[in-house]
Amino acid sequence: MNQITINGVAHTVGDEERALSLLEYLRERRFLTGTKNGCEKGLCGSCTVVVDGKALRSCRIPVEKALGASVVTIEGMEGPGGEPHPIQQAFMDAGAIQCGFCTPGMVMSAYALLLRDPDPSRDDIRKALKGNLCRCTGYQQIVDAVRLAAKVMREQALPVEAGCLPRR
Amino acid sequence: MRPDTAFRNDARAKVTGRATYADDISIAGMLHAAPVYADYVSAKDLVIDAAEALASPGCVRVITAADVPGSARFGQIEKDYPIFCSGRVRSYGDVCALVVAETRAAAKAAAALVRVTATPVRPVLTIDEALEPGAPVVPSYGETNVVTHHRLRHGDPEPVFAGCELVLEEEFSTQAIEHAYMEPETAVCVPRSDGVVEVYGSMQHPFSTRRFVAALLGESLSNVEVYTIAVGGGFGGKDDTAAAVCARAALAARLTGRPVKLRYDREWSFRESYKRHPYRLRYKVGVSSEGRVLAVKATIHADSGAYLSVTPWVTWRSTAQCFGPYVVDAIHADVYGVATNNVFTGAMRGFGAPQVNFAVEQLMDMAAHELKIHPLGMRRINMVKQDSVTVTGQKLDGHVVSMEDVMNRVVHEIGYRKKYEHCSFGTPSEEGSDELYGIGLAISYRGASLGAEGMDFCSCIINGQYDGSILLETGIHENGQGAESAMTLILAEELGVDLSRVRYKRSSTSSIPDSGTTVATRGTIMGGSAVVVAARQYRELLSRHLADRLRCRPEDVTFHDDKIWGLNYEYSLSWEEAMRELFLQRVTPYAFGTFQAPPVSWDDTTGQGDAYFTYVYSCQAVELTVDRKTGKIRLRSIVAGHDIGKAVNRALLLGQVYGGVTQGVGMALMEDFAYEGGRPVCENFDSYLLPRATDLPEMTAVIVENHDPASLTGAKGIGEPALELIAPAIANAVYNATGVRCRDLPIRLRPEDLA
Repeated sequence: MNQITINGVAHTVGDEERALSLLEYLRERRFLTGTKNGCEKGLCGSCTVVVDGKALRSCRIPVEKALGASVVTIEGMEGPGGEPHPIQQAFMDAGAIQCGFCTPGMVMSAYALLLRDPDPSRDDIRKALKGNLCRCTGYQQIVDAVRLAAKVMREQALPVEAGCLPRR
Repeated sequence: MRPDTAFRNDARAKVTGRATYADDISIAGMLHAAPVYADYVSAKDLVIDAAEALASPGCVRVITAADVPGSARFGQIEKDYPIFCSGRVRSYGDVCALVVAETRAAAKAAAALVRVTATPVRPVLTIDEALEPGAPVVPSYGETNVVTHHRLRHGDPEPVFAGCELVLEEEFSTQAIEHAYMEPETAVCVPRSDGVVEVYGSMQHPFSTRRFVAALLGESLSNVEVYTIAVGGGFGGKDDTAAAVCARAALAARLTGRPVKLRYDREWSFRESYKRHPYRLRYKVGVSSEGRVLAVKATIHADSGAYLSVTPWVTWRSTAQCFGPYVVDAIHADVYGVATNNVFTGAMRGFGAPQVNFAVEQLMDMAAHELKIHPLGMRRINMVKQDSVTVTGQKLDGHVVSMEDVMNRVVHEIGYRKKYEHCSFGTPSEEGSDELYGIGLAISYRGASLGAEGMDFCSCIINGQYDGSILLETGIHENGQGAESAMTLILAEELGVDLSRVRYKRSSTSSIPDSGTTVATRGTIMGGSAVVVAARQYRELLSRHLADRLRCRPEDVTFHDDKIWGLNYEYSLSWEEAMRELFLQRVTPYAFGTFQAPPVSWDDTTGQGDAYFTYVYSCQAVELTVDRKTGKIRLRSIVAGHDIGKAVNRALLLGQVYGGVTQGVGMALMEDFAYEGGRPVCENFDSYLLPRATDLPEMTAVIVENHDPASLTGAKGIGEPALELIAPAIANAVYNATGVRCRDLPIRLRPEDLA
């Protein structure tokens, strides 16, 4: 197995790419620069991507450990027509964005949470976002955004799955 | 015209990952750079041997001070900061060389091969050591470690103390704080074929950055063009160091003739970037039996670290606001900046106010407690009111002085009066429980914008397009706070147009005049007022040329509902029609406006004058519990009230409040940029702890809007007021819970303190 699926597209990983971190591979080989590098030690969460449904810090995963996996990055969240994912829309509507550097990682952590729990409490959300540092917002409007996204998706029966993935 | 939900012109780009930050830029042929640290805290006779590094694979060049065509040292006030150090090393953050290589990995590998040797010099590590007679002198200029001294002389406190019912003599200390913007410093510099060097950097002050770059290159300001791109947070911290990072990359681009990227590791950012000034504050406060503060003497020292940066300005604000929002008729203050061999300190959100507030707001509670007066009554007796005269001799008569109203609203919102009665003061209310409960608050006033610290003006360009769309540009910089969105909303309101018509044009230093730095809570008040000035000129221009078409006099033309109207709504023009009409008249639909801040004044010898043209009034309150067994503090609720003049963009205003409070919580309880022998203890977020989502309670913002006549929009600002007073509120709540007074930041309770 020398393939990795990113946002629904399979890529063949070259031998010299196997030792790169998933973050380096995404940013420097696939030019998916929406995933951010904030500390490179797995401490800040800016590089969070969703691997087989779980939110993981891409700076701590060697590409070879992710072979065969399905990775969703922020670039894969929008719908096929470029429409924002309900989580992304909620971040915009709730004022959850300031400098924006943590935002992709926050959205991905929120996405992994909502995949497993369609109606998380504010405390559940805070716990799920604990690994994502934000220096600007104080988190409150981010929590608001995740609650709002969950509500919109439940009420409108929208699929949680990222836009790049096949609909159930 | 106002959107129901949050408005951000960059929201879509940021939430989809398409916003381009400096590290997201790649250019064909681009080289990568890495810094080399001198690796001493204090040393002389620095020798750099780059031979091995130069021979390593992919290494293109090793740049040192010897290669600098301009000045290797620069600074905002004193030109003492070594963009490349040579000879003398003054702090562990000093950079002595830059390795340029074909890849980032090659640059880092070669940087590790640069040999640096020097002769250690005894370092000065604390304020006390720096003040000792015979201490080594740290600064490259002058003959003492005291690098700045501000005096405030208002009445004569010394004879008053004897007649006071209570005299408190207390000492407080605050710690160094890392800005910890999520995006580390990064620069991409491109040598352009016309001779200009383009700079794309993670910095918050394009014009300041341009000065650093031009100084290092020894070239004119017009030879350097600094572009605005997405910036991952600043909080005052992306000035000197971020500018030096840009300057180094620019020099590498100049010397190699190729684009160069210099992207900082978090560890480099922590090591090199300037911090919040640690303070030591000594106060003597005399109070009457009724609780009136009659006399104050304050002696304050700030650790400036190895370089001056903006220490004189930070400590000036501490001087002007040295006893919080209180009227004191007899007060003397001396505020000193002191050089040490610690990493230098500079601007950080709050800028010399959080430190003094930490002391003053605890002193008010301590005096109230001693005199058995309610903390609210104590504040009410002493606080500034309409037409009060401040400690700098300034009469507050130009705007609504809402200190009491703001405090009352916060007290009401959190239920302070009733809850204060239930504070534990060291004894759990329920038997068998270890939980101690406390509520506390703090109030402040904050001078808006630069005040008497600097020249204060800002420009705006409105450039109407043939199809009715409008380009807006200001000298204010988007650091993530939403400045561009606020400017866009203000223009849309001034011209009565739909938001979709206005495109905020990201400026470069070559496209708009220097409007100063986006600091000091001046973005909304200065930038917004500049937009109003330009919009007035723009409306006047359009009215003059469209009046005939609208069959009215120019003074009767109005702008609203996305149209331009004549008298009595009989005739109107769409913006598309209006722009065509101007084109046919050969008139350029363009306006350039500058807003100059109202006058301020300052006398250096007495510390008296009209320090700021207006003030933001704030009150923050917090409920918390303390586990008596472990000393662990848990915040339960926070209410933050601010009179910001006028809310321009409500959701983003709330974000500033919540975010500022959260940084203040970090300062109060978690963050500590400590040193061991001059070397920082923390290298990354595993040891330097920031507040996380689970560390915070739900917060409530109380927004008070008294439109300010000094601001053309009525809006003042919120960036810094939000941060500057939660730490003393928490300290007061901790006391009310435990009976333990915490005079040092960060607040740490040991179980033995609570036994």
